[in-house]
Amino acid sequence: MSKPFPEPANAERSRLRLVWLQSGGCGGCSMSLLSAEGPDLLTSLEAANIEVLWHPSLSEQSGREVVRLMTRLADGEEPLDILCVEGSVMMGPNGTGRFHLMAGTGQPMMDWIRKLSLRARHVVAVGSCAAFGGMTAAGDNHVEATGLSHDGKRAGGLLGADFRGLAGLPVINIAGCPIHPGWLTETLHQISAGRFSDKDLDEWSRPLSYARHLVHHGCSRNEFYEYKASAERLCDQGCMMENLGCKGTQAKADCNIRAWNGSGSCLDGNYPCINCTAPEFEEPGHEFARTPKIAGIPVGLPTDMPKAWFVALASLSKAATPPRLKENATRDHYAPKPDRKGKAGS
Amino acid sequence: MTRLIVGPFNRVEGDLEVRIDCKGGEVVNAEVVTPLYRGFERILLGKPPMDALVYAPRICGICSVSQSVAAAMALADTMKVELPSNGELAINLVHATENVADHLTHFYLFFMPDFARATYKNEPWYDETADRFVAIRGTAAEDMLPARAQFMHMMGILAGKWPHTLSIQPGGSTRSVDGGEVVRLMAILAAFRKFLERTLFGDKLERIANLSSEAELVAWAAERSVTSSDFRRFLHVSSALGLNCLGRSTGAFLSYGAYGTQGNSLFRMGTFAAGDTGSMDVEGITEDLSSSWYRSGVTSEAPAAGTTVPDADKDGAYSWCKAPRLGGSVMEVGALARQLVNGHPLIRDLVGRHGGSVHARVVARLLEIAIVVQAMERWAAGLVIGERYIAHAGLPDQAEGIGLTEAARGSLGHWLSIEKGRIANYQIIAPTTWNFSPRDQSGVPGPLEQALVGAPVREGEEDPVSVQHIVRSFDPCMVCTVH
Repeated sequence: MSKPFPEPANAERSRLRLVWLQSGGCGGCSMSLLSAEGPDLLTSLEAANIEVLWHPSLSEQSGREVVRLMTRLADGEEPLDILCVEGSVMMGPNGTGRFHLMAGTGQPMMDWIRKLSLRARHVVAVGSCAAFGGMTAAGDNHVEATGLSHDGKRAGGLLGADFRGLAGLPVINIAGCPIHPGWLTETLHQISAGRFSDKDLDEWSRPLSYARHLVHHGCSRNEFYEYKASAERLCDQGCMMENLGCKGTQAKADCNIRAWNGSGSCLDGNYPCINCTAPEFEEPGHEFARTPKIAGIPVGLPTDMPKAWFVALASLSKAATPPRLKENATRDHYAPKPDRKGKAGS
Repeated sequence: MTRLIVGPFNRVEGDLEVRIDCKGGEVVNAEVVTPLYRGFERILLGKPPMDALVYAPRICGICSVSQSVAAAMALADTMKVELPSNGELAINLVHATENVADHLTHFYLFFMPDFARATYKNEPWYDETADRFVAIRGTAAEDMLPARAQFMHMMGILAGKWPHTLSIQPGGSTRSVDGGEVVRLMAILAAFRKFLERTLFGDKLERIANLSSEAELVAWAAERSVTSSDFRRFLHVSSALGLNCLGRSTGAFLSYGAYGTQGNSLFRMGTFAAGDTGSMDVEGITEDLSSSWYRSGVTSEAPAAGTTVPDADKDGAYSWCKAPRLGGSVMEVGALARQLVNGHPLIRDLVGRHGGSVHARVVARLLEIAIVVQAMERWAAGLVIGERYIAHAGLPDQAEGIGLTEAARGSLGHWLSIEKGRIANYQIIAPTTWNFSPRDQSGVPGPLEQALVGAPVREGEEDPVSVQHIVRSFDPCMVCTVH
């Protein structure tokens, strides 16, 4: 299974046919995608040699034309290279799927997703809802929202743990709430170029191109982290791990390497990482922007570091915190300028 | 009588089905079906109140910031916190960026591509219009998407990212911007203005915002060639197809007002009906459940005491959308309503002459881009370096709060109740809940259901193009509608 797909024989290969379905989500991943840059979304798709057969926000066809297209694809009369699903699969009430009947068909959307998945060479879950259930599965999940091949952290979901697309890969989970446009365009381009294999996926079937990083990587607050100079309120410039619930040291994504909307990230916006690329991020078991602590020590320290070492290093670095960092950590504007002698200047 | 089921409806946000009965070449009856239920109002129950700021924006990917603003306002109402001026201006800038980007997305990607349909291939304007606006391949999207993406850099600086920011808080914005960042905001706005003036309008924003009557608009359009701007292209097609007679409004309009600055607001709160403005009584808002798949002991509920108990088997129901009413009346919300309530002379004149219509809704939206971008330039210039962007306050254990604001597509309200430090009730009435509401207990259809009656249906049409224009003229957001 680890063998990459063979390179297409010639450059004039036919375009990859893509269909996009939306179900129990907010449409925010599609909206995020519209902010793709370098190049823009439509040029990215063109460069990846992808033909959009139907996308709910982009295509002309409406109504009967769409139902006929879906029917032909479901019946195998036309090939389908890539199926993208955005939003959770709505299984409720009581497994009937009636919380989302696809307009114009009277049939549960979960049935359409299943039928098309069985015909697709690649199935891509766009966003944490489609991947794991996500936001829509929060609370008591009375709507029975689930992901395509995961229900939260459990393998399974709508299609089952053993599901493979016709090309042999499991569901590709572009997890995130929302996705960064680059996470998807890059993956589609890799698929199209025949350069994507299961070696490119992590333990949650997320593309390693973005999931091999931690949100912590490239965080502009790293110096505050090093010295455990912590923010106390949302707006402070210090590290948000100790008090404000930040999960950047555990969360898999390249948000502080690959800028959002030109220059941003959650941390750059002065609010914590909520680990939105992970299954079950929607129910953290504590207030999102407040770090749970036991005996004053934050729960959820970096996963691959012995806890005793972390605590020892933290108290050491805390004792060595330069005044410049200590002061700036709880301010909303930079005040003391960096000073080589370690003094707080103004 | 023929019954047509139109759906799935794309180029609207979310899923939508419209059932129409046709007779004598026109629609005589319509039922609007919102086919997806997600249950956010239940998800929020029992959560720490501040977590509403994480959950609420995720109701909707296109009105995400509006949802944040409404949630933050409802929380602020319980905390009795006042925003510093910088915080207010920063939130206005973020909110306006979303709303203006949504108007742009609607015009270029959702609405105009319908004029590239083969139905119109014999019209004299077809070839040029289709080249420009045809879905996915048109030259207009190629021009618009990079301009929009660059405009969204406002979000990168002020809000971390879009959609789904957590920067908007009850007491202001988490993100302070410094002097260099403020001028970057100004530069982004200048670049965006250039795109609007060159490509969308073909004229200065000031000139567009100051158009004061239908006659002036028509004279303005005639000053230059039809192909000199996308607004002129629309006006030409709209006039050729008589879009000012299509998709008539019910007559009553509502706006909660938006973009506050130190006690004033750019757009005021109120109602507009039969040529007159009125005040808005928030206590008069109810949600009727007669035609909606929800169980309740009563037919109609005030949102502060509202419930959400889904029942997919309920007799006589046909939509997951509830039916909001103000003082028992059907209300239309959106850019058209905002500009009517706010008294814009061009929009008042258009509606005075022909009533609300597909044409008036689109003109109001584009006009609003010209007005709001100028306001954004003032807000960015008004940020005071070194001053605070946020005030912090404690959360009460027990309180009720209301947050009312305007999303691109209309009035959005959050009703929050806190008990023992947890969310005890949370009800949301979104813009398209108003516009696409089903029938109420008196059998009165919602705004879109009424607007569709009389729409022409051409021989053999399965998905009548007139219905497409009318539905999309409301810029519906179905994921907000049933949250």
